[in-house]
Amino acid sequence: MKKVSFAHMGYSYLGFKQLVEDMGFEAIVPANPSPATLDLGVQYAPEFACIPFKTVLGTYLEVLNRGAEMIITSGGVGPCRAGLYGLLHEKILRNLGYNFEIFIFDPPLTGLVPFFWKLRRVLKETRLSWLAFIDVVRRAWAKLKLLDELEQMATATRPYEIKRGATTSAFNQCLEIVDRARSSKEIAAAGEECRQLLQSVPRDEERRPLRIGIVGEIYVLLEPFMNLDIEKTLGEMGVITNRSIYLTNYTTTDVLAHGTEDIRQIAHPYLNQFVGGHGQSSVGETILYARNGFDGVVQLAPFTCIPEIVAKSILPRVSRDFNIPVLSLTIDEQTGRAGVETRLEAFVDLLRQRREQMEARSNAALLPGY
Amino acid sequence: MSLHIGFPTALIYYSHFPFWQAYFNRLGVEVVTSSPTTKAILDDGAREAVADACIPIKLYHGHVLALKDKVDAIFIPRMVSLNRRTTFCPKFLGLPDMIRATLAKLPPIIDLQVDAGRNFWGLWPTCRGVAELLGFSRRLAWNAYREGSHYQQAFQGLLLKGYLPLEALAKLRGEPIEPAPLRPGSLNLAVLGYPYQVYDGYISLNIIAKLRKMGVNILTLEMVPQARLYRLSRRLPRRLFWHFSSLVVGATYHYLQQDDLDGIIHITAFGCGPDAMVDKIMELDIRNYKQGRIPFMSICIDEQTGDAGVNTRLEAFVDMLLQRRAATR
Repeated sequence: MKKVSFAHMGYSYLGFKQLVEDMGFEAIVPANPSPATLDLGVQYAPEFACIPFKTVLGTYLEVLNRGAEMIITSGGVGPCRAGLYGLLHEKILRNLGYNFEIFIFDPPLTGLVPFFWKLRRVLKETRLSWLAFIDVVRRAWAKLKLLDELEQMATATRPYEIKRGATTSAFNQCLEIVDRARSSKEIAAAGEECRQLLQSVPRDEERRPLRIGIVGEIYVLLEPFMNLDIEKTLGEMGVITNRSIYLTNYTTTDVLAHGTEDIRQIAHPYLNQFVGGHGQSSVGETILYARNGFDGVVQLAPFTCIPEIVAKSILPRVSRDFNIPVLSLTIDEQTGRAGVETRLEAFVDLLRQRREQMEARSNAALLPGY
Repeated sequence: MSLHIGFPTALIYYSHFPFWQAYFNRLGVEVVTSSPTTKAILDDGAREAVADACIPIKLYHGHVLALKDKVDAIFIPRMVSLNRRTTFCPKFLGLPDMIRATLAKLPPIIDLQVDAGRNFWGLWPTCRGVAELLGFSRRLAWNAYREGSHYQQAFQGLLLKGYLPLEALAKLRGEPIEPAPLRPGSLNLAVLGYPYQVYDGYISLNIIAKLRKMGVNILTLEMVPQARLYRLSRRLPRRLFWHFSSLVVGATYHYLQQDDLDGIIHITAFGCGPDAMVDKIMELDIRNYKQGRIPFMSICIDEQTGDAGVNTRLEAFVDMLLQRRAATR
């Protein structure tokens, strides 16, 4: 059986593990990225590549050392650099003397024919019929959707939890339960069990958490190692976070289609051009969060990420015009947890005071004469 | 009094200025350029621009600031694509929006889109739009467009003959300038990089002038027809998305095929996104080609880079090349 591996992106590895195994390969599941992974990537990556590139390179080196023979990854359409990562990863790894196969799948809309040719070559290796393959994909998709849903539930629960860390440990249990489920029925049952598990976390409904939107580049948004567990950190400070990107909704809107029209329309007055990656969405989503009454927005950008630099230079103006505080965090291999936590704490403090002031002002308006 | 339109002396100035100058002049509009880069311009730009932008983008902010009180409008075209195959770096795509969001109290910005890859009309839709915006007839716009194309072609012709962009611009203005002759027996060095980085005397720390002083023959990517560069850049399993990057990679392959090449220098900017890929590809492919016998040096420049450091590296590189030559003879 061929040993197949893939990049580690948030909790999606559970879905991809199932996909690869059900296709009849042996899955080499990438471990959670660690500082050692990143060091390995930094050693061989170009200096100004963004941190997702370095982390993924480090992950590939780890799985290749564990014996992976084939890597399946995604491509892209540009002008963001991510579309070329497969090419450069392959060049660097081959240059280091590794021997492996790599399949880079570009979004099917950019070329249906090459997409299906590549898929056929992968399927030939496993002698899987197309019909069986569709079933495999459907189940993996169900799992990915479930993972996204559970993650959303966890972030919504965390600020209310009475015992700090209870949600996170429940969520970790959920990951194990979801990992065990394979058939459609089992996945549905696992979903029920996990929902109950998360709902049973003791909550204090009296609290009034702040609401913060998180925008930025998909990989740092999805991978807790890279964003230094920002959702958990903020959640435990008593903040409901809303992330603009989840893997399954991103796939349906941006990979299998040409992006959500309304986000572009909203971003239009500030950034009237698709700049690759998530640049335009970051601007659009920030405006959307402001309109929906969020207390603040955090932008996560890898250092040297071109689309996010464009967005970052525009966000201060959006922030002024819509009166919503925006914190831009640039992340690279030097970013320290303590530094980020301090900045987040200060930001949350600022938002709390701002809310109190605004409430005091509106109360004064309600009670004239006092 | 005629209209004055500002054209910052940065980014596409080094590759497309003749077209726009001829175009605007024919319309009867005065084109005002900012002065060549100075420390003050760069400092202004670096202060205003977003911190993680690359130095050419910061510099562009500086040039816009230098122009803003002298002109009626500033021309910042949104460069999207020049052909079907590539686009520009995302920072070019978002440039007018970045400028507008970052700098205050600007005159009106003309930010029409240049998207020549979409159809076969080339720059004409942009020209037509600019003329409409400024209130000129379409007929005049067409004549101006033709004249611009004519000048741009003359400019490209001069570049192919071995003029550097700034020399070619001077030649087009009518100054008697001849390209530096290629001296047989001297070192042949390919100096590659994006035109706005390599030919800006200040942010490139005059690397080309310094090398010339050392008696080196300079080869640039402008000396090779773009069609050939594009053809060669297809050697990569996947085309690079960006116009200038394709040219640089193509030029690398082109010069690697020349027998009398002694070395390649890549000039890049700190934090340049596309160059993170291009530089690594150059490094790996130059090593694989000819069993790695072509020396390669990459010089990365930011606003802190000092003159002395670059001098030392250039001298050491050239000395090393001379010694290699003496050893192989």
